[in-house]
Amino acid sequence: MVASRHKSIFLLAGVVVLQILLLALQIKRDAEGRLIRVWTVGAFSPFERAGSHGIGSLRDTWRHYFALQNTSRDNEQLRRDNAELKMKVDQLQSKAAEADRLALLLNFRKSHENVPLLSARVIATSAGTASEGIVLDRGSKDGIKKNMGVITPEGVVGKVVEVYDDASEVLLLTDKDSGVGAMLGDSRIQSPVGGAGEPLLVMKYVANDDVVNLGERVVTSGMDKIFPRDLPIGTIAEIKPGNPFKTIRVRPSANLARLEEVIVLLSLQPLQLKQTPPEPVKSSGGENKGAVPGSGNPTGAAPTAADPKTAAVKPQ
Amino acid sequence: MNDTFDIRNMEAHIEVHKFRGGAIVGATLLALMFQAFVPVYFEKASMLDMPLLITIYFGLSRRNPSTGLLLGMMIGLLQDSLSGPTVPLGLYGIAKTFIGYLASSIGARLDTEHPAARFALTIIFFGLHQGIVLLTRRILLAQSSTWFTMHLAIAALVNAVVAVFLFMLLDRLRKS
Repeated sequence: MVASRHKSIFLLAGVVVLQILLLALQIKRDAEGRLIRVWTVGAFSPFERAGSHGIGSLRDTWRHYFALQNTSRDNEQLRRDNAELKMKVDQLQSKAAEADRLALLLNFRKSHENVPLLSARVIATSAGTASEGIVLDRGSKDGIKKNMGVITPEGVVGKVVEVYDDASEVLLLTDKDSGVGAMLGDSRIQSPVGGAGEPLLVMKYVANDDVVNLGERVVTSGMDKIFPRDLPIGTIAEIKPGNPFKTIRVRPSANLARLEEVIVLLSLQPLQLKQTPPEPVKSSGGENKGAVPGSGNPTGAAPTAADPKTAAVKPQ
Repeated sequence: MNDTFDIRNMEAHIEVHKFRGGAIVGATLLALMFQAFVPVYFEKASMLDMPLLITIYFGLSRRNPSTGLLLGMMIGLLQDSLSGPTVPLGLYGIAKTFIGYLASSIGARLDTEHPAARFALTIIFFGLHQGIVLLTRRILLAQSSTWFTMHLAIAALVNAVVAVFLFMLLDRLRKS
């Protein structure tokens, strides 16, 4: 009996040490252990996809045939239209303040026409509480690549961090390791927004002297070269003075807790605004006077990795 | 079967339960599927840690520390694999290895068939599991995490309640 107990304790120690070594290897070398991830995700994703489609079919059957046949469909269409309109209104509100910004908006919309978009269904979430992620039913076969942006009509969702043949993993904005280049919708103060492992996001590096209002919109700054400018991220939900920066919490625009379908920005090229030629637009504000033509940076500031206000999405 | 949570002096008096073929593998895969799939539609379901409950149940029932810790390790590593690339392989693996070992060690000494015993043990193991995950994150991964939140306390209670009913269901997979 004693020998058996010692045997199991030795086995426990051995197994734990092996896993600690595995952890250590992963910390040093990012690619370690990837094979088992590929196998596991590959083995589970067909079942998850089948389950997702099964539940989707059942729910569609109920919604469209048993309950409120056409009304449900109309309602769904209206909700989709409403969501699209909301995004457009958000963008328009952001740009309508000044003529320069309106000109930039036109270019922004033009540039969006050329951005290939891909809709994808969410088939699973992260299997633990240690990370905030989702799994999509589209993968490299559909053209998805690592670091592509993921959005919904309501706002930014996150970015692709792993791609498999028929599935891909997305790190949500709410994850601790997540971040996106952002700015305030009214004052245009730039600062990255990141996750904190909880429903609200955190806006970093806004100085105590800067004026920030509750309910103010937070939009993408485009500085991360993943998301185009002025996509909604969220609204300011909480402001506390800090040292040396304010503690600002942001409520995400997209409902990150209940995502079923998302849109992948199928481009790894920086989605930048085209600069308008100087002659057709009268510059009404001072902000864009120093802009470098063709730089895609209307503030004229050169983004650097060392500058926290222009930091891009953190690399994994 | 005595209905109380009594301590036995002789380990031989504790019955080691055998399960129908494929029961452990099937229950494990279903638990992992549940963990990855159900929260997509029911957000609150992410509060449940089904792989942990399966580790605890089979640990308590099989009552063999070696198989308990190996099953815990396998379940934990599979959960790590399904938790996205930001979760390193071994985070849940280490925690569930310990839980598998402890559950089967306790199962070999105590009668854990009573619902009250299962409820209490699940709360203890849930807290222990969170503690090990948190220690691993702090010491090995240098990540900061809070020790205690009200959400964790509620999650422990919810998991314990679900465990009582889930374990009754899993009892039906035993060979009579």
